[in-house]
Amino acid sequence: MEEKRNLLEIKDLVVQYVTDEAVICAVNGLNLSLGHGETLGLVGETGAGKTTTAKSVLRILPDPPAKIQSGEILVDGTNLLALTEKEMRKIRGNKISMIFQDPMTSLNPVLTVGDQIAEVIMLHQAKSKKEAYRLAGDMLELVGIERSRSKDYPHQFSGGMKQRVVIAIALACNPEILIADEPTTALDVTIQAQVLALMKELQEKYRTSLLMITHDLGIVADICDYVAIIYAGTIVEYGTKEQIFLNRFHPYTKGLFNCIPDIMRDDNRLIPIDGLMPDPGNLPEGCAFCERCPEAMDCCKNGMPDQKEIEPGHFVRCFLPYKEG
Amino acid sequence: MTENKQGQPSYKKRSTLPEVWRRFKKNRRAVVGLVILVILILVAAFANFLPYDPYKQSPSEALQTSSWSHLMGTDEFGRDILTRVCYGARLSIFIAFLATAFACVTGTILGAIAGYYGKKVETIIMRVMDILLAIPNMLLAIVVAAVLGAGAFNMMLAVAISNVPHYVRLMRSAVLSIQGQEYIEASRSVGATDWYIIKSHIIPNCLAPLIVQVTTRVGAAILICSSLSFIGVGISPPTAEWGAMLSKGKDFLREFPHLTVWPGLAIMITAFALNMLGDGLRDALDPKLKT
Repeated sequence: MEEKRNLLEIKDLVVQYVTDEAVICAVNGLNLSLGHGETLGLVGETGAGKTTTAKSVLRILPDPPAKIQSGEILVDGTNLLALTEKEMRKIRGNKISMIFQDPMTSLNPVLTVGDQIAEVIMLHQAKSKKEAYRLAGDMLELVGIERSRSKDYPHQFSGGMKQRVVIAIALACNPEILIADEPTTALDVTIQAQVLALMKELQEKYRTSLLMITHDLGIVADICDYVAIIYAGTIVEYGTKEQIFLNRFHPYTKGLFNCIPDIMRDDNRLIPIDGLMPDPGNLPEGCAFCERCPEAMDCCKNGMPDQKEIEPGHFVRCFLPYKEG
Repeated sequence: MTENKQGQPSYKKRSTLPEVWRRFKKNRRAVVGLVILVILILVAAFANFLPYDPYKQSPSEALQTSSWSHLMGTDEFGRDILTRVCYGARLSIFIAFLATAFACVTGTILGAIAGYYGKKVETIIMRVMDILLAIPNMLLAIVVAAVLGAGAFNMMLAVAISNVPHYVRLMRSAVLSIQGQEYIEASRSVGATDWYIIKSHIIPNCLAPLIVQVTTRVGAAILICSSLSFIGVGISPPTAEWGAMLSKGKDFLREFPHLTVWPGLAIMITAFALNMLGDGLRDALDPKLKT
């Protein structure tokens, strides 16, 4: 998208779930880029392909049924999709880490949290067991948990503390890219704020690039520099946080924002987007959003619009700017 | 549990093993099981301190019932039954544990591989196990023992082979249920190898059902060993072995039931103790039940 060299670049990614009954097109020609130390919010509703995108970056999609059909995922210029499984393993957890959605299930119940943090360290760094456990203790302290608790099992922690442990695991090898897949969805609001503040603090401290997957625009407003709106497996709008929040263009983005209550306005009702996302097993030929789009035109049904830069760094995948310009 | 940084945590820290022991102790039946098993092992280990020789025949004392000099009486050759039961414990427990250990290790690895990799590997492993399972356990052991010939080692092998499918199936189903868990995916996402995931995440999570299976199957292994000896393809009669003793004793069942009752009781008590121990261990080893 941009000329400058990005840390993570996803080009024309196509991911499908191929089953005997149907081919589910989860991600269709997705483009994304993330620079050093930046935070990108990937926003979209359930089933839009957010998690699939994240898992393709780490190549941990279950295959079968998931197949990465085409595209490139470049990290520092290396295409991850071309690497062997062995080379990929060195990248996972080391260069790219992921924070999973549900801290209740992403920790192994029969290992202590110390074991689980030390696991990553020992996998990637030539450290002795003792050294790894010492570092694991450091990581726990970094996320605000006492070192002495590293001998405890996950069920002895609260949800928010578990998510801190998960963050500690993800950051243990000081990755360059951190993918956070709805890291606060399973937490209550007060803990959400704490966890977000922690992530923000650590991100600034270590200059980690963060790909924040969420459907909560409040989180985006809080911590992201750039925003990508994803719909039916493609990015429909991309821009800086200010561009998206103040000058949104795509009808879908507008629809999303209409779904948030505005404290300044005296609304009685929110305006939801009518209809549902198209069945990813049976995508329409034209723009995927056209059925629900209040501003749909005839041409929307026939073909997918190209990405258009409507102002510097602000891209939209819609026919509307073509009409006007 | 306090979260403050300065203050000491308000609960006492315990490391894993004493913790398991503490929870194990709470279960009275399990402790009884363990005590019986320890006694059996001690008896087996120190059987040679008993005053009688298990093989020396003294026809003048044949077929006595219980008395102070022969607590369990004597058999048809005048050998002390208590002594023979104690020596029998040696063989039975040793063979049963070895056979179970062999079956457990092989079965666990095969089952984990089948469950983890799926596809062709799974098909091959599971179909072979199905074939083994299609033959009744006992019959399979008889066939193996018959092919290999009688003797302690062959009998152990026979019992082990006939036990493997149970572990494979147990492990495979456990792996399948655990594999979908997010922490497996999380582990993969930090760069763990397949073998590492199987070793450190899948097997520890399957440990609870596995331990129960092992302890109950040691009991079953003792039964199979005894049965094999009983029908004469295991350990042959002069050797002091529970099954072989039963086999000889059955000829005198009407007149002198004590020849079969004592070794029979020994088999029963051992299997019973192992089952109780297994239940207790399962509860104690599961960190999810920690209180």
